[in-house]
Formats: sequence, structure tokens, C-alpha cells
Amino acid sequence: MRRLIAAVLALITLASVAEAKETLMIYTYDGFTSDWGTGPKVKAAFEKQCDCTVDFVALPDGVALLNRLKLEGAATKADIVLGIDTNLTAEAEATGLFAPHEVTVSGLTVPGGWSDKSFLPFDWGYFAVVFDGDKLKFDQFRSLKEFVEKPGPEKIVIEDPRTATPGLGLLLWIKAVYGDQAKDAWEKLKPRILTVTPGWSEAYGLFTKGEAPMVLSYTTSPAYHMIAENTKRYQAFAFSEGHYMQIEVAGMTKSARNKELARRFLSFMISPGFQDLVPETNWMYPAGSTSKPLPAAFDTLVKPTKSLIFSSEEVARNRKAWTEEWLAATSR
Amino acid sequence: MTAAAAGIAVVAAVTALTAAAVVPLLARAQAGAPLLDVLTAPDTLRITRFTLLQAWLSTLISVGFAIPLARALAHQPQFVLRGTLLRLMALPLGLPSLVGVLGIVEVFGQRGWVNGLLAGLGLDSRLEIYGLTGILLAHVFFNMPLAARMVLSGLEAIPYESERLSAQLGFTRAQHWRHVEWPAVRQVLPGTLLLVFMLCAASFTIVLTLGGGPSATTLEVAIYQALRFDFDPGQAVVLALLQLMLCASCYLLLDRLGTDVDPGMTLGARARSGLRGSGRRLGDRLLIAIAGAFVALPLLAIVISGLEAPLGSLLAQPAVWQAASTSLAVALAATALAMAAAWALAAARRETMRMRDPPAWRRALEQVGGLVAGLTLAMPPIVLGAGWFVLALGFDGPFSIAPAAVVAGNALLALPFAARIIEPAMLGHAQAYDRLALSLGLGGVRRFRLIDWPVLGRPAGLAAALAMAMSLGDLGIITLFGSEDFLTLPYLLLQRMGTYRTSDAAGLALILGSFCLTLIWTAEWLARRPRRSAP
Repeated sequence: MRRLIAAVLALITLASVAEAKETLMIYTYDGFTSDWGTGPKVKAAFEKQCDCTVDFVALPDGVALLNRLKLEGAATKADIVLGIDTNLTAEAEATGLFAPHEVTVSGLTVPGGWSDKSFLPFDWGYFAVVFDGDKLKFDQFRSLKEFVEKPGPEKIVIEDPRTATPGLGLLLWIKAVYGDQAKDAWEKLKPRILTVTPGWSEAYGLFTKGEAPMVLSYTTSPAYHMIAENTKRYQAFAFSEGHYMQIEVAGMTKSARNKELARRFLSFMISPGFQDLVPETNWMYPAGSTSKPLPAAFDTLVKPTKSLIFSSEEVARNRKAWTEEWLAATSR
Repeated sequence: MTAAAAGIAVVAAVTALTAAAVVPLLARAQAGAPLLDVLTAPDTLRITRFTLLQAWLSTLISVGFAIPLARALAHQPQFVLRGTLLRLMALPLGLPSLVGVLGIVEVFGQRGWVNGLLAGLGLDSRLEIYGLTGILLAHVFFNMPLAARMVLSGLEAIPYESERLSAQLGFTRAQHWRHVEWPAVRQVLPGTLLLVFMLCAASFTIVLTLGGGPSATTLEVAIYQALRFDFDPGQAVVLALLQLMLCASCYLLLDRLGTDVDPGMTLGARARSGLRGSGRRLGDRLLIAIAGAFVALPLLAIVISGLEAPLGSLLAQPAVWQAASTSLAVALAATALAMAAAWALAAARRETMRMRDPPAWRRALEQVGGLVAGLTLAMPPIVLGAGWFVLALGFDGPFSIAPAAVVAGNALLALPFAARIIEPAMLGHAQAYDRLALSLGLGGVRRFRLIDWPVLGRPAGLAAALAMAMSLGDLGIITLFGSEDFLTLPYLLLQRMGTYRTSDAAGLALILGSFCLTLIWTAEWLARRPRRSAP
């Protein structure tokens, strides 16, 4: 026991020696920092040029990330918060914890342009109905309207907008297309829904188990199966009304210990050193300039004719009411 | 006096841990928002109704099947694979809900084995599980085996003398049940019902995933939503307290069911299959086979998916080993805490029982102790975690307390299991043996070694096994306190699942399951002692 304590003490001493370098603390979600995720490669690349140590704190997802920040308040240890999406940026802004990024945004490639002063995008994607090619064909549904209104036995697994980001994505997608008629649309869609899961993992797990031929996911999901599993079995429907977007962003906190370092990281984030990693580690589209073309599999993905998105303020204002509307329509 | 002091310490510790979560969250409640309004909202009423409905149905079905199953198992001590089956029955508790759900879906789902069989037989009818059916199916899968093991532990406590008397009197099976078995079952029934009720009432992933839509929403979902999307800690606490009250009223209701039983003088030999040459042997075995298949098939599905995973590469990853050792350390620490707490409460109660005229404060301690130890499962781990997190912010920061918080949270989850198994065993044993020990002049360690442990070891082993399983499968507090340096196997599994690595997740589920089974096996093996045979 005593030897163990000695060893631990020795480790702590060693760690504090290593601590002499400046540290950049990044709060993010755990998919980003996993062994095969973008995080470890980003850490290595940035540490090479910053003479600093990059540390991650990983949370289950973007919502948990924002909540952590709200809990910690001004005392937060985060220098950078990376991984909330634009549905949450108004709420994040309202915490008053973020500092302006002051990074030139001219190189950004996000559809619709970028003007936010506090947050910078690092990747983006479209929500999509992903289907099992062994059971359905790509022309089964050519629009969201067909998908919602054409009766049929093919079921979908969706996520709960009260607990999961993609669930909120579908809610907003239907709202963007149907407007005041959204409630009717949900009532029509209801028979098609096999079940509503608390998170993306459960939904995608049921889908790949073959429980339902469709799942709500991203247009980029098929790229994972093509590249990592070498199969074209899973594909996404292209809906003519356009697809709802998700843009993932990062920002620096007012309490960042070294603002200059934090800003340097944000610039690095939208440069090829970071952006080249995005497609094949985070399975989304890069938001900034890259030094190489997208992987070939990305060329085969659905390219929506129109990008749908509500402003963050609109989402913050209406989320509760729209969720209530969804509940009323589907819980009967 | 010492036993009472330890009991009071446990009650104080549990209360303090709960308050340490509730108070900081209430302090963070959104200013000006009327806290209690949520209680009268129509949505809350609807959700509460559904929570109670599904929880009671799940509980009654689970326990309803568990009693005949436990009885069949008690009557067939020689049944092949009985030991294996008993271990497997503690396993569902150790699986994260998501893993169990995927196993159930593989067997009973749209394209599951059962529907494959129906189609193969040329039948048109299909099994549709999404909705209340799926919720009940999953809850029975997770809880019926647990209930059966608890009822069986009650039946195994029947003294040999009762069985022999029953045989001498030529009791029929029905008479044997009424006069011998039912009183024993009745001892463990309230605790079993309450545990299963709490597990089902606080169910979250199962209810949402298999429930088919938002009409299947439990309070736990509302709490999760309040804490996450709405970030309204005050509302989350109020809803959590509502859930706690529901479980408490259930506790008070069930507490009246139990009675104190005086087993009389016994030589302590274990009863072995009371009914000789019973024509029911076939029936018993059929029942065991069906129940066994019901539990084993989803587990088999999990094993099959797991074997298709790249197990070799998973086992070569340091992250997996790190997670496994973290899980082991957390489970051992949480189990030790829960067992010590349960033992202390039971010993305090035993001390009171031995008094001819115990003072009022001892009776009060008995009541409060039972309530406190019984209900820790009803407090949502995410609320506990969030509260402790806020509290820790005021001090050194959450990262330094992460291991302690996860261990404490898991110990609270495991405490009701330990308490419900250890207490009746200890009290019954004391009633039977106190006079003997006194007449032999045995006390202290010698009494524990010679008289108490040989009998209490077995229930203690079961309690430890269930506590360990409960802790191993937990995904509550770790999601708030986990980090790259501190993550458990279920948390790692969830991470892989969330990044398209479903086959990794399937492999991890198999690893977690085997790991859990090994621990259950070890706990019960360590606790088993050579039994003295009947004179």
C-alpha cells in the first residue's frame, strides 16, 4: 500500500513538472475525443505548432456540454467549447460566458455564409432519412411530403426531440416545410413511426439490427458504411423540399486563461490542418478550407438542393411550444 | 449500543448524500419560477399515471411469474444447469438497458427469432412489441429473474424441521404451499415487489425505446428533459421528489404485507425438496425450461452479436482494459459500502428485536432505517449526480470527486438490494440461534464464524452479487462525471455505439456480460460454505 502511495505521489510530481507548458482546455463531446475521433489527431497537430498542451473534457453530447457550462458559470475551466450546434448557440450566447472570436471568416464553406461573432463552425451536415438498400429503393420517397403523406408499411425509427439533437432536427425540418400545418403532418406521419428513442445510438442500433428499414440520421451516414465497412447498403433519401442543416460550432470563453492561444486554436480549427480530418473522423462536411478533396464516397451522397435552417434565436424562442405541438400530435 | 450507532450513521449518511444533491440544485432553481406548478400541470398528471400503470403491471407480472419459478427451482435442487441458470438470472441486472433492449429485439422484435419462427411455420400472425407490450416484456426480462432469486432465497430459508413436519403430516402440495412456503415467501415478498417497482418506475431507456412513442413517457424522462433540454434544476428536483414520494407510498403500502415470523427451534439444516416423488416434477421442469429460455434467449442473442464483433482487437485496446478495471474498482467499492450499510442497519434492527421493551427511538430508527435503505433506488441518479456536481463546483471541482461520486451513487443504487436480502436473513437467523449461542456461551468473532456466517454467507453472497451487477451496469452518474481518464465499460460501450461502432459495442456488451457473470459467480462462490447435512 505504502509503495502504491509513493508511486502515486511520484506520478503527481512528474505531472506537475510537465504542467510547466501552457494548457489549452477544450470542452467537447466524447465522439470527438474517442480514439478514432477527430480529437486525438487535432491535439497532436495543434500541439506541434503551439508549444502547449491540449486537454479535453468530454461530455456525452452538445446539450450536456452547454449544461456543464451553465453549471460551472464564470468559474469554468474551459478555454474553448467545441461541439454545440446552432440550435443551441442563442442559449449559449445568453450565458454571457463567450468572448468574440475575432477570426476572419472568409474561408468558411458553410452553405448560407457565416456572420456569428461568438461562434465559429467546424463542421456541418444535413439530417436525412437513411434507409436500408436491401429493403427499399432510393425513389421510394422523393420528398418530405411523400414521406409524410404517402401511406405504406415501411417504418422509421426516430429520436425524441425532448432528449436528442437529431429528434429536434426532424421536428424543425417538418416545421420548416409545413409551418402551421406541422401538427397535421405529425399526425399523418405517426403510423409510420415504429418507435421514438431517447438518443441517436438506440435508433441507429435498432435500424442496423433490421428492426425498421429507415432511421433519422444524416446524409453523411452512408459515407461511414462505404468507407469503414465497404458497403453501399445504407443510403439516404433526397427530399425535394431541401434538408434541415446542423452546424457544429466552437467558441472561446471570456475566462480563457490565454486568449491569444485560444484564438490561435480557433484559426487552426478552420484551417486544413483540422478540416482535412473532419470527413473521415467526424463523418460530417468540413466547414473551412481543406488541402485535399473530399473522400470519393462523399461524392455519392445526397446533395440537397436547398438547405433549411432556423436562426438560433427562433429555435430558442419556439422550441418549447413546438415540442408541445409534437407531443400533442403524436402521443394520442 | 454500537449496532444502533452504526445504523444511525448509515441513515445519516444516506440522508446527507441525498440532501447534498437536492439542496444545491434547489439553490440553482430558476429565480421566480413557481416550483410547485409543475406538479399540477396536466402533462405531469398524464406522465405520473403512465409511470404508475406500467410500473405496477411490470411488477405484478414479473413477481407473478417469479413465485412459481422460484418454487419450481426450490423443488428441483438436482435439476441440471440449475446453478448456471441461477447465476444467469442475476445477469440482466448487470446489463445496461440498451444492451438488454437490443437482445430482446433480436428475439422478439419485428425481424426477431420469434417472428422468423412464426413466418417459418407459415403463420400470418406477427408479434408486435412496440408499445406497452415491449415495455412489459423488457421489464419482465430484467426483473423477473431478480424477483425469482429473491423469492428463492426466502424459500431456501425454510428450516428443515418445517419440511419434515409437512412430510410427516402428509401435506398435499397445496397445503405445503399454504402452511410452509407461503409464510416464507411472504417474508421476502414486500421487499421484492418494492425493488422491482422502483426499477420499473425509474425506467427510462426501455420505456422510450420500446414504448413506441411519447405517449409512453415516465417521470424519469420528464426529469431528464427538465435537467437537460430545459436546464431547470428546480423542476427536476420537484419531479424527482414526486417519484420518491410515489415509491415511498408504495413502500408504506407493501410494508404492511410482511409479518414477523418465528421459525422456532431449528438445527439449521437446509430444507431439500419438501415433496417426495412429486408428480409435479415434469411441470416444475417445464416451467424452469420456459423461464430459462425467456431469460437465456436474449442473452444468447447478445452473445452471438458479440462473437461477430472484432473481439481480438477490442481486447488489445488499452481503453477497454482501463474501463474494465475502473468498472471493477467502482463495483467492488460500491458493493462493499452497500453491504456494510445494509449489515449495519440489519444489526441495529436485530439489537432492537432482542430487547424485551425497546425504547421509542429504536423503533423509530427501525422505521426510518427501512425507509431510507429501501428507497435510495427511487432517487434518479442524474439528479444525484447533477446535485453533487454543483456542490463540488463550490469546492475543488468535480474532477477530483468523480470516483467518489460514482462509487457513492452506485452504492446507493445497490443498498436496497443488499438491505432487502440481508435483513430478513439476519433477523430470522437471530431468532432461531440466539438461544443456542447463548447456551453455548458463544459470542463475538467465534459466534460469527461458527454460527452466523455458515447461514448468512449465502444470502450475503446473493446480495453482493446483485449489488455488484447493479453497479456494473449503471449508466447514470458516470455520464456526468466520466472523462477520458475515468470511464466504465458501459460508458465506453455507449461511446462506441454513438459513433457508428455498433459491432464494437456488441463486443463490449459480451465482454461486460462475461465480466459481470464472473463477478457474480465469484461472489456467490466465496460466500458459499459447506452445509451441514440433516441429522
